[in-house]
Amino acid sequence: MMRENAISDPQQEQRVFSMRVMLSVFILLGLTSIILFRYFDLQINRHLDYVTNSNKNRIHIRSVAPTRGLIFDRHGQLLADNRPAFTLNIIPERAKHTDQLIAQLDSLLSISDKDIARFEKRAKRSKGFAPVPLKYNLTEQERAILAVNSHLLTGTEVSAQLMRFYPQRELLTHTLGYVGRINDREIKNIDPESYRGTDFIGKIGLEKYYEEALLGKVGTEQVETDARGRVMRIISKKDPISGSHLTIHIDSQLQGVALDALKGERGALVAIDVKTGGILSMVSTPSYDPNLFTSGISQKQYDGLLNSPDRPLFNRALRGQYPPGSTVKPLFGLIGLQHKIFDIDYSIYDPGYFFMEGIKRPWRDHNADQGGHGHGVDLAEAIIESCDVFFYTTGIKAGIDLLSEQSALFGLGDITGIDLPGEKRGIMPSREWKKANRQQNWFDGDTINMSIGQGFMLTTPLQLAVMSARIASRGKAVVPKLLKSIDGEEIAPEFAPNPIEYDDKYWDYIHQSMVDVVHSNKGTGRGISKGLSYKLAGKTGTAQVISIHEKEKYDSSKIDKNKWDHALFVAFAPADNPQIALGLIVENGEHGSRTAAPIARKVIDSYLSNSYQESRHNDASKLTQYSPTPIEDD
Amino acid sequence: MYKYDFVRQLDTKGGDRRQNVLHIDFTLLIILLVLCMTGLFVLYSASEQSMYYVKRQATFMLTGFTGMLIVAQFPVRFWERFAGLFYGSALLALIAVLFFGVEAKGATRWLNLGFARFQPSELAKIAVPMMVSAYLSRRLIPPKLKHVGGALLIIGIPALLIIRQPDLGTSILVFTSGFFVLFLAGLRKRYLVGAFFGSLAAAPLLWLYVMRDYQKQRVLTLLSPEDDKFGAGWNIIQSTTAIGSGGLSGKGWTEGTQSQLNFLPESHTDFIIAVLAEEFGLLGVISLCTIYLLLVGYCMIIAIGAQSQFARLMAGSISLTFFIYMFVNMSMVSGLLPVVGVPLPLVSYGGSAIVTLFFGFGILMAISSEPKRIGSWR
Repeated sequence: MMRENAISDPQQEQRVFSMRVMLSVFILLGLTSIILFRYFDLQINRHLDYVTNSNKNRIHIRSVAPTRGLIFDRHGQLLADNRPAFTLNIIPERAKHTDQLIAQLDSLLSISDKDIARFEKRAKRSKGFAPVPLKYNLTEQERAILAVNSHLLTGTEVSAQLMRFYPQRELLTHTLGYVGRINDREIKNIDPESYRGTDFIGKIGLEKYYEEALLGKVGTEQVETDARGRVMRIISKKDPISGSHLTIHIDSQLQGVALDALKGERGALVAIDVKTGGILSMVSTPSYDPNLFTSGISQKQYDGLLNSPDRPLFNRALRGQYPPGSTVKPLFGLIGLQHKIFDIDYSIYDPGYFFMEGIKRPWRDHNADQGGHGHGVDLAEAIIESCDVFFYTTGIKAGIDLLSEQSALFGLGDITGIDLPGEKRGIMPSREWKKANRQQNWFDGDTINMSIGQGFMLTTPLQLAVMSARIASRGKAVVPKLLKSIDGEEIAPEFAPNPIEYDDKYWDYIHQSMVDVVHSNKGTGRGISKGLSYKLAGKTGTAQVISIHEKEKYDSSKIDKNKWDHALFVAFAPADNPQIALGLIVENGEHGSRTAAPIARKVIDSYLSNSYQESRHNDASKLTQYSPTPIEDD
Repeated sequence: MYKYDFVRQLDTKGGDRRQNVLHIDFTLLIILLVLCMTGLFVLYSASEQSMYYVKRQATFMLTGFTGMLIVAQFPVRFWERFAGLFYGSALLALIAVLFFGVEAKGATRWLNLGFARFQPSELAKIAVPMMVSAYLSRRLIPPKLKHVGGALLIIGIPALLIIRQPDLGTSILVFTSGFFVLFLAGLRKRYLVGAFFGSLAAAPLLWLYVMRDYQKQRVLTLLSPEDDKFGAGWNIIQSTTAIGSGGLSGKGWTEGTQSQLNFLPESHTDFIIAVLAEEFGLLGVISLCTIYLLLVGYCMIIAIGAQSQFARLMAGSISLTFFIYMFVNMSMVSGLLPVVGVPLPLVSYGGSAIVTLFFGFGILMAISSEPKRIGSWR
């Protein structure tokens, strides 16, 4: 070491060092140039590309869901409302490891497998920056947990959205319907543009029928977000246009009375405003709370509803098809009179049985054991006492073609045209119908069965109500409608294209006969006449669920209740100036007179006692206005 | 040695010591102050406009300045004499990390001293060039092969220990700081060329046997960041976006959307240059580079004017290493080099790096304030 030091040369050391420093300076300048060139390239040459990227990072177009239109009853009672609900979303682009994040959230909130499965399905179609919902309807506590842990949960967001709420709960479920999350099938049939920002769609009932009007128009917002997806500010926005507010003819109070009257029964009732065809009440029991469906019903709850023997999900009023039984007698009588099959003076002898030529088996009347109604049964008596033999006799005379063709004018055998989806047509049989559906010719026996509303004939409770409304209005062929006004604009009543032009004297005769069903002391509906302050016209009906052999007597005590006869009733009131008409059925209610008629009385009583106060409340201008601005939450 | 002292004594006779009483080089001090102020200014914006980081960083800087002034009071000979001891302690500390290290973020780099955490690899950044300088200053120039080997051993042991932690960035800095001493000491061109091709040849071996998966990943990411947009590629995509969108004059202080909206990761530490580039544009980048080059240039002038071979090599190595900090950082953030954890000197937030850097500048001050031999240079 010493030796080496001894010959070291400071001059040379310094010279070499200086040379090397010079060399370094060149290298340094070269490297600096490389850096500056790189920055120049990024910042000048490719500046615009990166500006675009930077804006894409932070500026997002967000859809703002329109507020769904509200639904009110005729008195301005709110039937379908929107309330804020909170949803936990994941922004896939910002969450680096979605699985890990979900596991983390699961430990905080417990996320169901179903939620995760749905999330994953949705995440696949998502655009990355768009929030994908993971858990709906966060409770206040859950939101608090998320807020406290938000710094650990990069890529999550809690959003608030307005959710459908039905404050009247089970009152009007079948008619109003409900909204639910858009499912895979629906997503193929909707315009994705209109539903951007909306997860809900009307599933059944009015919500489905008026989906387009209720939905509104989607708005957009340009928002600046940070890397976590948190919205920092709104750059610009185009407000959504909220859906139309609907007012429907339904009278909630009346609806309540009807629902109450049918409580505990399986049945349906439809009440119509005779003059406009507006549906005043439409009940199907048992009902259920539609709010269960808006936020995703649990499988258990759904199975409970689906598998209940009472079939609560089934809208009997619109889709239940029952033999109308004797409730069609006034109609068939009226048709017979108008078409001169028989006249007002015509009467028959009723031994309790009806024999048709060439057929051994007789048709029994319901009072066959008492020897029938005896001599001199005319149409009025046949309606009042519900004499089958009279209608067997006149039915054969009138023939299937006339009955079929004319009944159609009263709304039987075809959809009524009510503004609800899924209406059933019922069956108003005809020769063609039997050929097409039974591959058989029409027999007179079929006519006989049909002439008392049995056999092939089926009607929905809605059709019965329409029929009685058209009888009540003396042939004004109102079409049943729920929608009364849209955004305050009244909807004009609608009438069927084919008018019913019958003679006044026949209308009078039939009306009087139906009044006597209730008001005369022989009428099958006399049980409800007590204390009536107005004239109520009605007709009872009993529809067989099983056929009873001609020698047997129907004895309910020997039969399962679910095979008991259905009880029906059609009515309108006041008879001199009809305002309300209704049709109703109580499944396995046995007798129209005992089970169904009292329900009709309650409903009509309630309606007539309140109806003159109506116009005072009929003000749709006091609708609650909701701001369309979405509620932001982090 | 004696001759050296003799010449020195001759040269200093008559006293050229006016400016050297406090051993402060005011030019260096002012450039450093300007750089630190710039750094704090950018840091404020980069840390979401919180004074928390700015205050802490200012404290580190104050500590660093104080440390620098203290170090400057020691004569250069002191460091030369105790280089071995210093190096030995650094090596021991690095070995201690192997056994008693504290783990954080998947790497074991720290020793817990009870009152503070201490990163021995920072010590190595000074100790290695110091030891190599001391070693080579006593050897003939240009270094003979065996001395080159000796120097490489001095460099290699700590560098390998640091790679093991793992801390590739620091390891590279330690290695280069040592290598610069060899280079400045006149390492023959054939060795340089050999080293160049040797490293080319070693690259595949490094890839296969030395580099860890995550390190390989970083290289792959550099080549195609779009492959893993939201994973490994995220940082580099966001930083280039920040830089590029800054344009010529930038979006304005605290107005950078990439950094302010948290798209840019590590915005107050390793990626702070992207904040500066976004908010002050290319002009900001050029200004910062100018300050850095002034600093490095001035340090090199100090090195050339140094009184001993040890001082020269040490000063030269510190200057060049400082430049490498800046170069590696600015390259990795702009996507020219794989992401290795090298901070932007005196601008990135972080106490250890700042204290180490000022330690180096303290030695430079000591060198610059040493009595000069008149006409010694040229």
